[in-house]
Amino acid sequence: MSKFKLKRIGLVASVILVLVIIGGIFFGINAQKQQLKGTDKLQTVKETHTMRWGVKCDTRLFGLIDPKTGESQGFDVDIARAVTAQIAKDQGTTIKPEFTPVTTNSKIQLLKNNQVDAVAASMTITPERAKVVDFTKSYFPAGQSILVKKGSPVTSIRDLNNPKYTVIGIMGTTALDTMKKFAPNAKVIAMPDNSQALSALESGQGDAITTDNAILYGLAQQSHDTQVVGKPFTNQPYGLAVNKGQASLRKAVDRALQETIDNGTYNRLIQKWFSNIPGLDWRELTK
Amino acid sequence: MSGAFSTSNVQYLLKGLGVTVGVSIISIIISFIAGSVLGIILYEKVPYFTKTVRLIVNTIRNLPLLLIIFFTYFALPKLGVELNAFSATVFAMSVFEATMVAEIIRGGLLSVGIGQTEGALSTGMNKVQTLWYIILPQALKRSIPPLISQFISLVKDTSLATAIVLPELMFRSQVIYGQNPKYMVPMFITIAALYFVVNYSLSLLAKWFDKRLV
Amino acid sequence: MIDIFTQNWQTILNGFWVTILSSVIGLVGSLLLGTIFALLELAPSRSLRIIGTAFVEFFRNIPLLVITMFFYVVVSSSFKIGGFWSGTIGLILYTSAFIAECLRGGIASVDAGQMEGARSNGLTYTQAMTHIVLPQGFRLAIPSLGNQFINLVKNSSILSFVAGFDLMYQANVISGANLDPFNTYIIVGILYLLITASVSWVVKRLENRIGKEVIR
Repeated sequence: MSKFKLKRIGLVASVILVLVIIGGIFFGINAQKQQLKGTDKLQTVKETHTMRWGVKCDTRLFGLIDPKTGESQGFDVDIARAVTAQIAKDQGTTIKPEFTPVTTNSKIQLLKNNQVDAVAASMTITPERAKVVDFTKSYFPAGQSILVKKGSPVTSIRDLNNPKYTVIGIMGTTALDTMKKFAPNAKVIAMPDNSQALSALESGQGDAITTDNAILYGLAQQSHDTQVVGKPFTNQPYGLAVNKGQASLRKAVDRALQETIDNGTYNRLIQKWFSNIPGLDWRELTK
Repeated sequence: MSGAFSTSNVQYLLKGLGVTVGVSIISIIISFIAGSVLGIILYEKVPYFTKTVRLIVNTIRNLPLLLIIFFTYFALPKLGVELNAFSATVFAMSVFEATMVAEIIRGGLLSVGIGQTEGALSTGMNKVQTLWYIILPQALKRSIPPLISQFISLVKDTSLATAIVLPELMFRSQVIYGQNPKYMVPMFITIAALYFVVNYSLSLLAKWFDKRLV
Repeated sequence: MIDIFTQNWQTILNGFWVTILSSVIGLVGSLLLGTIFALLELAPSRSLRIIGTAFVEFFRNIPLLVITMFFYVVVSSSFKIGGFWSGTIGLILYTSAFIAECLRGGIASVDAGQMEGARSNGLTYTQAMTHIVLPQGFRLAIPSLGNQFINLVKNSSILSFVAGFDLMYQANVISGANLDPFNTYIIVGILYLLITASVSWVVKRLENRIGKEVIR
């Protein structure tokens, strides 16, 4: 093979390689946009007979992996199951729920990426998030609170407003922003997940964890050394979420959620998960 | 039996070992094949083409694997590539390790040397035949020890997939010690031992090849 | 893509700085520790050799994440170390095992006659090792050491697992907020390439300079 010929082959091959990469990216972006615009998720769910839910895997009471089954279990998961069953009933078909574990930081990304159809992952309804996803009405009345070691001098959020205290938050939650409003002088650190936040508190890297009260009750249940103090100081209800622009799916989920509340399933699930939490009267949560 | 080593916990953890080994084996096979092809391209010095491939290989080699995993799982779906945690891990590891393998294979090819090529060409074999029958088999043989070291890294690096919630060994140990902080130390000892056994056997294999080849 | 940088440049630069800081500390620490363990591995005393080999084999064969998480969740309950130090100590221990292997290789390729010659000139083993053999071993090991430094920079992304506020951690925070992982990770990737490319440039220069010295 002559040198000249080889040179030409090399050049053509390189150009093709570069074009394939760049073309692939553009084609992919466009195809994805078209697909997201065109598809009605409710229709897809009905056709595939599966509804893919993003649920937590590290949150006691809401979504925590049970080694016996290898699946997440908790209030979120049960609500997702009940809602899926109700949608199936409403639509006159069968739908199987499928669960993908998500982290606090990844839940919205996975929803936007179409890797899940809906999210039930103790997610607070905020105007900021509502710009990118569509929420149903609230399914759990959460509010921010603080968890401290037993015997800590901190008894309320006000006590934390002091530079000698370090408050632990969880990455990707809204809790630390709120915290800064109530206790601007406290130092803050962010942990990637709840269990690491708890070990940080237990090991003395921080003086308090702040996040939704319900999650803190789960942590308090897990570690006998800690307790939730003070009343929740915010109102941050949890909502189920679907991707922006999926109006029919959101309506179907909303309707199913209301029916689950009306037929008493909701209250049964509240009792199942929250009746033996010290300091929490589960009846306050029923609808 | 309850505690850190209850039957259900042990079963759960061992399934994680299965996931770790599964991801490793699939990634090793894919990255070996893709890496060999890339290594040959790097060695052959095709005008322009080798330089383009070298640029891509060097770019990927010099990025953290963790970044590639995140990119695969969170960004590639934006291009319509739908991946679950398992396939995203396999994809990211295969791409990353292929560039590592490419460099090792290229080194192996270079060490077999130009002398052999000339000798083979003089017997009337063409360039492709020479590469396929004479150079490549010897180069692969010489590459076995560094390849095994690379694959040990691969097995260890599967633990990074914890970040995208792949239920492999590391993730599952975290789930178990999440039940009770008392389980932390036993869990760390257990998974360290499991990783060590897998990797140390691989490194003994590498040493055995090393001795036999010298 | 540029607006991601203009909107988050402070966060990104903070992360960039932490990544560099952790890598530099990791480099110094693992060089020191790696040298010690290479010397132990080659020591005349059998028990010292066993200790050195055991250390190196242990840390080479378990994932960096396991070491880092151990410091982060177990050790941190007795000693107050945060994410940054858990990650950086993990990096030092893990990398030092690899550096010990590189150095051992370098030292092994120093001509055995050098040690014998030095000893016959009246130097003790320690003197001969530290003044004659080790410096040459270092020089011979530079190419493979350079590879380890690049790995060290890449591995510093382990800090993102333990809230170490490094570049990778900040990338996750930013992409979680702007929902544009595609461009965010590309920007962060470019920053990592900037560091790793500079490291390999420095290593290349060092190699050339020392190569020339050896010829002379």
